[in-house]
Amino acid sequence: MVIECLVLGAGQEVGKSCVVVSINGKRIMFDCGMHMGYLDHRRYPDFSLISKSGDFDNALTCIVITHFHLDHIGALPYFTEVCGYRGPIYMTYPTKALAPLMLEDYRKVMVDRRGEQEQFSYENIVDCMKKVTAVDLKQTVQVDKDLQIRAYYAGHVLGAAMFYAKVGDAAIVYTGDYNMTPDRHLGAAQIDRLHLDLLITESTYATTVRDSKYAREREFLKAVHKCVGGGGKVLIPTFALGRAQELCILLDDYWERMNLKVPIYFSAGLTIQANMYYKMLISWTSQKVKDTYATRNAFDFKNVCSFDRSLINAPGPCVLFATPGMISGGFSLEVFKQWAPSEMNLVTLPGYCVAGTIGHKLMSGKPTKIDLDEGTQIDVRCQIHQLSFSPHTDAKGIMDLVKFLSPKNVILVHGEKPKMASLKGRIQSELGIQCYDPANKDIVCISSTHYVKADASAKFIQSSLNPNFRFLNRSLEGSSVLGHVDTTAMSPLQVCDDRVAEGILIMEKNHKAKVLHQDELLDMLREQKHEVKYAYCCPVQFGKFERTENTGLLSTRDVLPISDKCSLLHLLFVKVSNELTEGSIQEFGEHLQLQSFRASVCLKDNCPYRSTDSSHNISEAVYFCCTWSLADEKLAWKVVAIMKSLDANAM
Amino acid sequence: MMLDEETSDFSVHKSLDSESVDRKRQKIEKPLSAKNLINAEPFYKTVQNLHLWNVSFIDIVLISSPMGMLGLPFLTRAKGFSAKVYVTEATARLGQLMMEDLVTMHMESRQFYGPEESGFPQWMKWEELEVLPSALKEIALGKDGTELGGWMPLYSAADVRDCMQKVQALKYAEEACYNGTLIIKAFSSGLEIGACNWTINGPKRNIACLCSSIFVSAHAMNFDYHALQGNDLILCSDFSYLNAMEDGEDDNFSAPATDNFSTLRDNNDNWDMITESLLDTDENLEEMEKLVFVCSCVMDSVKAGGSVLFPIGRLGVFLQLLEQISFSLESSNLKVPIFIISSVAEELLAFFNIIPEWLCKQRQEKLYSGEPLFAHVELIKQKKLHLFPAVHSPKLLTIWQEPCIVFCPHWSLRLGPAVHLLRRWCGDQNSLLVMEKGIDADLALLPFKPMAMKVLQCSFLSGIKLQKIQPLLKILQPKFVLFPENLRLHLGSWSTDSFSFIHYSENGTLRLPSFKDYAELDIAIDLASQLCWTKFKLENMNMARLKGELFIKQSKHRLLPGEEQVVSLRCRPLLHWGMRDLDNLLTALQKMGINGSVEQSKSGADSENASIVHIVEPSNALIEVNATSSVISTADENLASLVTQAICSSLDGI
Ligand SMILES: [Zn+2]
Ligand SMILES: [Zn+2]
Repeated sequence: MVIECLVLGAGQEVGKSCVVVSINGKRIMFDCGMHMGYLDHRRYPDFSLISKSGDFDNALTCIVITHFHLDHIGALPYFTEVCGYRGPIYMTYPTKALAPLMLEDYRKVMVDRRGEQEQFSYENIVDCMKKVTAVDLKQTVQVDKDLQIRAYYAGHVLGAAMFYAKVGDAAIVYTGDYNMTPDRHLGAAQIDRLHLDLLITESTYATTVRDSKYAREREFLKAVHKCVGGGGKVLIPTFALGRAQELCILLDDYWERMNLKVPIYFSAGLTIQANMYYKMLISWTSQKVKDTYATRNAFDFKNVCSFDRSLINAPGPCVLFATPGMISGGFSLEVFKQWAPSEMNLVTLPGYCVAGTIGHKLMSGKPTKIDLDEGTQIDVRCQIHQLSFSPHTDAKGIMDLVKFLSPKNVILVHGEKPKMASLKGRIQSELGIQCYDPANKDIVCISSTHYVKADASAKFIQSSLNPNFRFLNRSLEGSSVLGHVDTTAMSPLQVCDDRVAEGILIMEKNHKAKVLHQDELLDMLREQKHEVKYAYCCPVQFGKFERTENTGLLSTRDVLPISDKCSLLHLLFVKVSNELTEGSIQEFGEHLQLQSFRASVCLKDNCPYRSTDSSHNISEAVYFCCTWSLADEKLAWKVVAIMKSLDANAM
Repeated sequence: MMLDEETSDFSVHKSLDSESVDRKRQKIEKPLSAKNLINAEPFYKTVQNLHLWNVSFIDIVLISSPMGMLGLPFLTRAKGFSAKVYVTEATARLGQLMMEDLVTMHMESRQFYGPEESGFPQWMKWEELEVLPSALKEIALGKDGTELGGWMPLYSAADVRDCMQKVQALKYAEEACYNGTLIIKAFSSGLEIGACNWTINGPKRNIACLCSSIFVSAHAMNFDYHALQGNDLILCSDFSYLNAMEDGEDDNFSAPATDNFSTLRDNNDNWDMITESLLDTDENLEEMEKLVFVCSCVMDSVKAGGSVLFPIGRLGVFLQLLEQISFSLESSNLKVPIFIISSVAEELLAFFNIIPEWLCKQRQEKLYSGEPLFAHVELIKQKKLHLFPAVHSPKLLTIWQEPCIVFCPHWSLRLGPAVHLLRRWCGDQNSLLVMEKGIDADLALLPFKPMAMKVLQCSFLSGIKLQKIQPLLKILQPKFVLFPENLRLHLGSWSTDSFSFIHYSENGTLRLPSFKDYAELDIAIDLASQLCWTKFKLENMNMARLKGELFIKQSKHRLLPGEEQVVSLRCRPLLHWGMRDLDNLLTALQKMGINGSVEQSKSGADSENASIVHIVEPSNALIEVNATSSVISTADENLASLVTQAICSSLDGI
């Protein structure tokens, strides 16, 4: 069986995440994102690779969206409403609630500012979202008879999820974007230890290892405080969702502690409305924030109020959250134009800005003038603070997750090519896991787990689960006990539990394979067991030295007292133990035993198992009757060989 | 033992109703009066025989609704309790709030009655019970006089905390794996927010526990009956139809409408039709009509200047009434304040607005359009709805105005703010008390008599209607249905060729049939590909020895290669059978150039058919053969091995 991954986007790049995975006849599209850096056909995944004829309903079993960021969902309305996909779509409740806001915000910016022809309309967004089935975390969703999917908490943004998908015995996880450390409002990613054939993980920070974020938070707060303390205005351009709420919690909390009265504003209704969603979805935040729901919902910001244009040039300090995040247009640009020329003011920048935006220009170097368009130039004298906290996991987090899940294969997506190559190397060398970093339009094939199905009898299951203790008697001096240190270290008796499942697999024509315990087989066949055993009465020549010690005993052989029988047996025990390299023979009063091999002193004159054609000096020999069964044939002959050759070695 | 794995579901059957004792001996029974009631700290009745159980034998407890959780601390505080308790997240939160509220109200009432000197209350003494009026005696002792042991003093706040720590909270359809062998999942039942039915999947059988369910709910997520499909056995434990039947006036609940079913039976394959009949909207219209009727009564009262008291019963009903009444007030332009008085009111109402995942489709739509999930959020903002922790809250006094509409606990009318308000309003003929059916109103209102206040008792749908049981089971297609013995007759006689009924009764133990003789086993491919097969022409089968390590995970048995590599050397058969006669053996020996001479053994009775084969070339050897064994004796290892080969070739073996 093979799992086939077709990478339609985010292959060796960040943007338009989209991977189509085929498992045992099911085909799942993970994410359907858009690339913010392109305006031509490259902004969308090349859907024609899924189906030339455009019959996407038959080509795909379902679509799974991990979170509301446009690089993960931006192409969805286009795919459903323009390309015509009508199959099932799954995402978490918050993603379904918040994605339309993101999509509509983007659509407006594109149409209003760039005057571009719209790729999809507002109605398209609404119609698209109607087709979505919302899922809860850990809810096991049966997409169809064979395909199961399940969401796990991913941190990153509200409602972000990693998705597990299972078909038959094959299982994979697609992470989407995730964060392994909690932030102000979200918890860290959480997942069960699953058996996976494949893990597809983001790798935005494939080589970065970050220090504590508290230092960076402090820096941010200090910069803001210093600015408003000096009577300046702070502009925080952000997306409506995610970062805005995180920073707002941070500031609201700081304002409370420092007893600051400077107003914090949210631009437009959008972000205020977003807070409404966040309040209802508070159970998807971190435990600490969640716990505030009853007393004061953490998204009921005490010091936050809404902003209108007349306040732009109002006197006095303030803090303003405005969209869009990269100052690519809209309200944040409008305010930026007004506030940038004053050195009292402060503008913060998100961690990542697409080329061509004002944000990007401010990040690269420290320009004093920015050309907006022909004839418009902005003097930039304000302070610039670059935010450096990111909702993505760092390299250590990725390695931790891969190690925790220990999948058979890893595919890296959503990262930069050279860094991905380096992480891939680490995963292969440090964790010994096969790793791939395909480019867009590449197909990666890996083999998947497959089990042979059989019906097992209760007795087989029972016997396989029962502890199968073996007691190994160890001489005291040589005892080195591995494993069960706490309980048996003091005991010369070593216990080992060889819980091996042994049974018989039966295949009959037109029947399901069956597994039985050995004892059940003969009943089923209505047959009697036939044992193949061996018996051999073995002469042993103890050397002279020993014989003198036992003088007088050998002459009256037929009335050998028990104690002497024992001493002979013990003598044999010592000899054989010394010679035997495998297994340890044990002494049980009347006989010696090693597995099924048994030896005891034979006093019969005519033992039927005694060979008469021995070349040994029979009169001097002591006879030991030995029996064993087929399973120990080899071992038994080794012991017999030792017994026969004792004379030669005796000294 | 219940099922193979022990499961049980707990609920406080009836909370208290215990205040009573008649000091005077009465020979002739007079109608009960307030004087007859026992004046003492309330006791609570839980599962009748809980005290007879050895709780340490319980492995798993499944909770199906917030109400069904109220008795849980009685169990979890018992010595030796170590079971896993599964409950949905929403049920856990709501159940905890209800328990905390109960404890708070109880503490208040204790201040009133004063603490009991000993653990054993006066009224429980036999002499006292003897003289109780018969109606109260029946409550105290049960119909057959065995239920006294079910009365418990209430648990403490610490017991509740402790109980919550023993609970494992799940989402709907989340897989909880018990002990590696059972997969337990909760699916919405529609009865209440967080309420659920359970499925238990094990290697031997799949079981669904069907509790009180509502197909289409106006608040909670709908009854997810599709998820219960494909189980071998369905345990029906929806007792709402029982209540409905005891309720004589309601003719909806008489024997199932048979003509309806005959048509269904004719259309056995027509599933859509069955589904339609399950999801019919009459049920909802009926519920809506009831709500509207209650509202009109409420309007009449407040217009006449009377106040309205709603003791809070089921939370879903409470939420719907709250919404409906505020709409009615709005539309008739009445400015009557609504109060909710409970120690957990604030937390409870806040909680309802943060759980879209547990609600019905229409409520989830509100999330998507950015509106609050329930109307109360706006009502609070507009100061039309006020929440207070207790009647003596200082702020309440400043806002209080009458007429008003109050929702508060406790539905028993023995605890909480309801008692105070009832005392205040029971003499007012314009005031209205709205109670849910199912409690004995006469007894509950006894302390407040004579009552001028109007009383409205209404019943809302609380489970599957009896006539829907059959079509439902048809869809679920179980092999067995466990059905309450006492409802047997009400089912009527319907032919079921597809499944059979097993009837159960309270306190009885059932041993369930095992549905699978075999367990599913997954054998790893790398193990299976190493097997060496033996062909058996006679039986037309192939066999191989299987050796590996067995793992149980997610109720699946999985055989993986063991640590020691299974090498093909192990291919030699270890088990033999089928010694038919000696000729085969002698021929086989001959082929190897070994001649043997046969001598019938004379060694006696126990080895009747034993034969001995003597061999002299290439060296001496002797073979003793009977039906069940062969013994080879020779000093020559090579010869022994040849003889072994000859014997094995004349036997079947694996
Ligand atoms: Zn993202
Ligand atoms: Zn992303």
